[in-house]
Amino acid sequence: MTHGFYIAMSYGIAALISLCLIVWVWLDGHARKRELAELEASGIRRRSAPKSEGEKA
Amino acid sequence: MPQIAVLTKLTDLANPTRFLGLASRILPWMAGITAVLFAIGLYLSFAGEGDYQQGMTVRIMYVHVPAAWLSMMCYSVMAASAIGTLVWRHPLADVSHKAAAPLGAAFTLIALATGSLWGKPMWGTWWVWDARLTSVFVLFLMYLGLIALNRAMDDPGKAARVSSVLILVGFVNIPIIKFSVDWWNTLHQPASVIRMGGSTIDSTFLWPLLIMAIAFTMLFFTLHVAAMRNEIWRRRVSAQRRMAARMAGQTLEKGV
Repeated sequence: MTHGFYIAMSYGIAALISLCLIVWVWLDGHARKRELAELEASGIRRRSAPKSEGEKA
Repeated sequence: MPQIAVLTKLTDLANPTRFLGLASRILPWMAGITAVLFAIGLYLSFAGEGDYQQGMTVRIMYVHVPAAWLSMMCYSVMAASAIGTLVWRHPLADVSHKAAAPLGAAFTLIALATGSLWGKPMWGTWWVWDARLTSVFVLFLMYLGLIALNRAMDDPGKAARVSSVLILVGFVNIPIIKFSVDWWNTLHQPASVIRMGGSTIDSTFLWPLLIMAIAFTMLFFTLHVAAMRNEIWRRRVSAQRRMAARMAGQTLEKGV
């Protein structure tokens, strides 16, 4: 195997692991955001969450 | 009283809602700076000439060394957060070390894999059980153990306290990794960048290495802030679901 193979493999593995990490964090955030939005839409909110206009009145 | 003002600012940031606001403001900037630094770092890495001994294989160092630094820095961030959990019970401290563990494991895996890929053409072997390689492998196992421990417990508060103790006990491995090349006779070369008497690397190789190190560090902090934000959202989802279940239970009791 040539030195080029070891260099390509090193950069390839580092890029693959980094990309997996970025995609995992992004997808996790997206899923949590959606769950929170669904809970809010069904009227379940944190007690400390700022009140909407209707609730203030 | 500037110290009190700084402490007040830090205490303000420990509030999860304030942290979420700050995270949404700074994350696009952090991601942008990381991308620019990687573009410059990768250009310098591939534009430079090869080393007189290693040839072009020196380019592996530009990903291996930053990943190895980060594997230790990430654990140090986790240790500082563990102190925050055990001593001050900061609301964000356990979120911080829980979010950092998978990132640390990933960077340690990059360091191990690229080190092995450099070792084969340079040393003639993929792996040796010398002090540096073995202690980094132990660090990787510690990260995996901490991830498993955090996922094995339902109560995040209890998981954070148990993990914090384990993180602080495991911190003994960090100076072992750093000084293993000085304390024992290893195949791995001694420190050549951060050492007494200055760096021994020529500036042709030092600049791409430093830019890539800053790029990797920015990537870590960007992902860490994003993962902490995700963890806060995850805890809010669980809390709101528990609240919904309690409300449903009370409604049923009233109905009976």
